[in-house]
Amino acid sequence: MPHQSLSRKRKNYEALMKVLMLLSVGITAALVLFLLIYVLVKGVPNITWELLSTSPSYLTERIGILPDILNTLYILLLSLLIVLPLGVGAAIYLSEYASNKKLLALIEYAAETLSGIPSIIYGLVGMLLFSNSMGTCLMAGALTLVIMNLPTIMRATQESLKTVPQSYREGAFGLGAGKWRVVRTVVLPGCVDGVITGCILAAGRILGESAALLFTAGFAHTVLSFPLGMKSPGATLTVALYVYAKEQGEFGVAFAIAAILMFMTILINFAATIVQNRFEKRKSL
Amino acid sequence: MRNIITVKDMCLWYGEHQALKNVNIEIPEKSITAFIGPSGCGKSTFLKSLNRMNDLIPGVKITGELRYEGADIYAKGVDVNNLRKEIGMVFQKPNPFPMSVYDNVAYGPRTHGISNKLQLDEIVEKALRDAAIWDELKDRLKKNALGLSGGQQQRLCIARALAVQPRILLMDEPTSALDPISTSRIEELVMELKEEYTIVMVTHNMQQAVRVSDYTAFFLLGELVEFGKTDDIFSQPKDKRTEDYITGRFG
Ligand SMILES: Nc1ncnc2c1ncn2[C@@H]1O[C@H](COP(=O)(O)OP(=O)(O)O)[C@@H](O)[C@H]1O
Ligand SMILES: [Mg+2]
Repeated sequence: MPHQSLSRKRKNYEALMKVLMLLSVGITAALVLFLLIYVLVKGVPNITWELLSTSPSYLTERIGILPDILNTLYILLLSLLIVLPLGVGAAIYLSEYASNKKLLALIEYAAETLSGIPSIIYGLVGMLLFSNSMGTCLMAGALTLVIMNLPTIMRATQESLKTVPQSYREGAFGLGAGKWRVVRTVVLPGCVDGVITGCILAAGRILGESAALLFTAGFAHTVLSFPLGMKSPGATLTVALYVYAKEQGEFGVAFAIAAILMFMTILINFAATIVQNRFEKRKSL
Repeated sequence: MRNIITVKDMCLWYGEHQALKNVNIEIPEKSITAFIGPSGCGKSTFLKSLNRMNDLIPGVKITGELRYEGADIYAKGVDVNNLRKEIGMVFQKPNPFPMSVYDNVAYGPRTHGISNKLQLDEIVEKALRDAAIWDELKDRLKKNALGLSGGQQQRLCIARALAVQPRILLMDEPTSALDPISTSRIEELVMELKEEYTIVMVTHNMQQAVRVSDYTAFFLLGELVEFGKTDDIFSQPKDKRTEDYITGRFG
């Protein structure tokens, strides 16, 4: 009977699609797991206290990544410190104050585009813009990352501002509150979660960035002080990873760094999840 | 009775669309004035232009004369924040801020510079009492206002508006999102408030206008068709369109 064969065909088709989807899920999961385990197995045994707590020395042929760890934290801190007020401020201005809708759309579009540009281009621009004037240094690197992450923070904040109900603003204006008071007391508290999410996203990107820093922040492995040392060149973990693996053939150290970066990324994602959950809970109140 | 608001030949446009046409009205002090009319006829628009909440909407153009206590509401140099302190507003959908009950009520006074704790306590208690919700909320002042029922939220919003000691309270369909019991509590409340405040209230519900208001204005398609004592409007309307509307022939 034609009717029956049709329904059987359909069933086979359904089953086939299901198998294909399962397969793709399986491949994805396997790849992630493989990568994770491979890096951990090759990296973790090489993580020693000496590696974490010393600077490299050519005399004793010792390799230590303390300066690289510190540089990573410096750059992270410095970039976030600068990009946060800039990005949040820009977002507030655009969403709450600006009235030229066309200009607004243009800026949003530009920001969207900027976040898709390969980071090596930011490195090139950062080199011309910052390193040429202040020298290759952590500050130049951080400023480059500021430009790179500005759109991220701005867009995340803007999206979050959109979720603050208009009725809150009306309520506050109706009581005679001025613009800034409305923004500060009613709008901003409602978008803290977006700002934090943006921060975490940016932190992840900064942590993993190497291309832009190769150009701008340099390769030095000496322990620097904060904030004076920001005028000196320094390698971050990702840059150090590149140098040790590609130029010195120290794959043990490279994998150790990779494992550390992996831990940091997982930690950041974990933090993002916690923050998100906490805010969702508060919102559903 | 003294008129607290006088409007002469007022027109309002949203871009190209004219939403109000030659509105003339004089609103008496310490009374309740109800705005009735089919939806889309401009009631909310007119209400919002009284405390310049329309300023928030781009492309609004207003002509004519609106006066509060004789002073031009739209004159250059008018402090809009002060105007809104004097002419407060309660919205259709209860909109408490996502903060504690106390902070909601204290928001207005704090905005206008009061920071003394004892003084704030006093203002908050008085406002909540005036809004007939003190007994229900006095033990929950620190709780988030979003956890209250819809009716409680709306009375909290009324308290919040009262806390800045306005002279006029504009209410845009304040009971349309509420159940009958909450509605009648708010109606009672509004009737008590007119001892001290001037109330201008948009309502969809004609029984409500009859029950609570002293004066009624009937709007139709952006025009103020008829304005007068509520009893007169509902017993002997002068305009045929008013009669058709209140007898339910359209709208
Ligand atoms: N923000 C706005 N922008 C453009 N047109 C509006 C806006 N608000 C209201 N209108 C229009 O103005 C007219 C009156 O609206 P409204 O004052 O809300 O009426 P009502 O409150 O009587 O239902 C309607 O035609 C409506 O579409
Ligand atoms: Mg309306």
